[in-house]
Amino acid sequence: MGMTITEKILAAHADKERVEPGEILDCRIDLALANDITAPLSLEEFEKVGAKAVFDPDKVVFVLDHFTPNKDILSAENCKRIREFSRKHGIVNFFEGGECGIEHALLPEKGLVVAGDLVIGADSHTCTYGALGAFSTGMGSTDVTYGMVTGRTWLKVPESIKFHCYGKWRKWVTGKELILHILGMIGVDGALYSAMEYSGEAIAALSMDSRFSIANMAIEAGGKNGIFPVDDRTISYMKEHATRPYKVYASDDDAKYSQEYEIDASKVGFSVACPSLPSNVRDAGELSAIDVDQVVIGSCTNGRLEDLEMAAAILAGKKVSKGLRCIVIPATPAIYGEAMRRGYFQTFLDAGCIISPPTCGPCLGGHMGILAKGERAVATTNRNFIGRMGHPESEVYLAGPAVAAATAIKGRIARPEEVL
Amino acid sequence: MIVKGRIWKFGDNIDTDIIIPAKYLAHTDPKVLGEHCMEPLAPNFPKEVRAGDIIVSGSNFGCGSSREHAPLAIAALGIPLIVAKTFARIFYRNAFNKGLALLEADIYDLVKDGDEIEVDISTGIIRCGENKVEAKPIPPFMVDLINEGGLINYLKKKLEG
Repeated sequence: MGMTITEKILAAHADKERVEPGEILDCRIDLALANDITAPLSLEEFEKVGAKAVFDPDKVVFVLDHFTPNKDILSAENCKRIREFSRKHGIVNFFEGGECGIEHALLPEKGLVVAGDLVIGADSHTCTYGALGAFSTGMGSTDVTYGMVTGRTWLKVPESIKFHCYGKWRKWVTGKELILHILGMIGVDGALYSAMEYSGEAIAALSMDSRFSIANMAIEAGGKNGIFPVDDRTISYMKEHATRPYKVYASDDDAKYSQEYEIDASKVGFSVACPSLPSNVRDAGELSAIDVDQVVIGSCTNGRLEDLEMAAAILAGKKVSKGLRCIVIPATPAIYGEAMRRGYFQTFLDAGCIISPPTCGPCLGGHMGILAKGERAVATTNRNFIGRMGHPESEVYLAGPAVAAATAIKGRIARPEEVL
Repeated sequence: MIVKGRIWKFGDNIDTDIIIPAKYLAHTDPKVLGEHCMEPLAPNFPKEVRAGDIIVSGSNFGCGSSREHAPLAIAALGIPLIVAKTFARIFYRNAFNKGLALLEADIYDLVKDGDEIEVDISTGIIRCGENKVEAKPIPPFMVDLINEGGLINYLKKKLEG
């Protein structure tokens, strides 16, 4: 019996020839990540265990992206604490201020993750790096402390679920529409504890940015990781961004899957997840009566160049609906700079959008766009739980960048065709 | 270890934004986190819950974020145990790391708010009224970790050893 890509990466990091789903492994890690919300708890545990050093100062990453630029005194104190720890322990990859971007967009861009890696992060969307053919998963602060100190982690080998996608994508449909479509199919616990593996010609046709969006939301189906085959597009991305050697693993033809789904790309429409679960998915066309107060285009799911490019193409020469706030958040300084050079910023400003510095900000109801009681947002983010973006009686609809931009123009949920 | 407690029922997919909303995540003090536990769904919960009470839930309890503030908030209220049909993966690891016990059993429809149940955490036997339900055993690896005093104590011993 063959092995899946996930099993092969885990086996290699446990120095084993082969592994089986359900087996508990003691694995080497290539990177341990924490942010300004989760690192403070990690550092408390670090002190409790009396550790003197991190296992490798090059392989511990701190990104101060959630409540920054510091939203209040407590957030500032947390960042200060992480900064001091980083200085003391010589942490090379400490990102804040003008070097800081949203962690899951920043790490691949900085070349810190490559194919074949095993990455753990104290952030549930750490699963994003599966787009590069790496195994990456979210954990809590304490588990990440263990990884920071020992360079190892324990992992249960997950079963793998295969999503095979064929056919041609409709115009304006991205990876975000696909992952929302899948969430609608399998539910928020449809991949509980499992690896979500993607394959097929329609997957090969997707940009890296779209693949990051899909891998990012594996956690929304309860998945342990999302993972993609490594192809020419992945390799050219890594060549552009990374200097570290990568290792390509591929699933065997006779690898075992707990479930297999076939998805016709041409049937994936403008998926929108209605409150208050990411699996509560309808087509944007059925939701045109839903008035909206705020649109957010950004986050670790959809704050990349492809997303901004689409939003700019739709907003060009148009105006944001009066009374609606449209907040655009480029995910990293490099994306910010490129969007500016390409003229997207002028388009956004002319349309009446707000351009935010890179931050997780409103996605988790942190700052930079909190909703009042009764308000409603369409966001390209990843969660629409009760009160996620503000008041418990506010609502979030999750969508891709094209629907978000069209909605900003119409003031109600809209498909891109309605404004072009 | 046997715990006996009054129960609080919460349905399916109780996410970490309900357990502890992000606006409190700059806090690391468990006491402060406990004061806002379940706030979007049950604002009076922190005031009305008593130490020793038990949470009973449906499927996918703890879904969403990796925030360890979630099990910290629950444990800070003196809640020793959650019994749910299933747990989200990250929450499962976090809870055990923070000394909060979890048992997987489908007892949601067998009990009502305020009932008292008796649970033997080591055997997984749950007694609720007339019913006796056996929870899915805690994986042996987790039991070993618990016996070591949790991941941090295990690491401490390793570093001292």
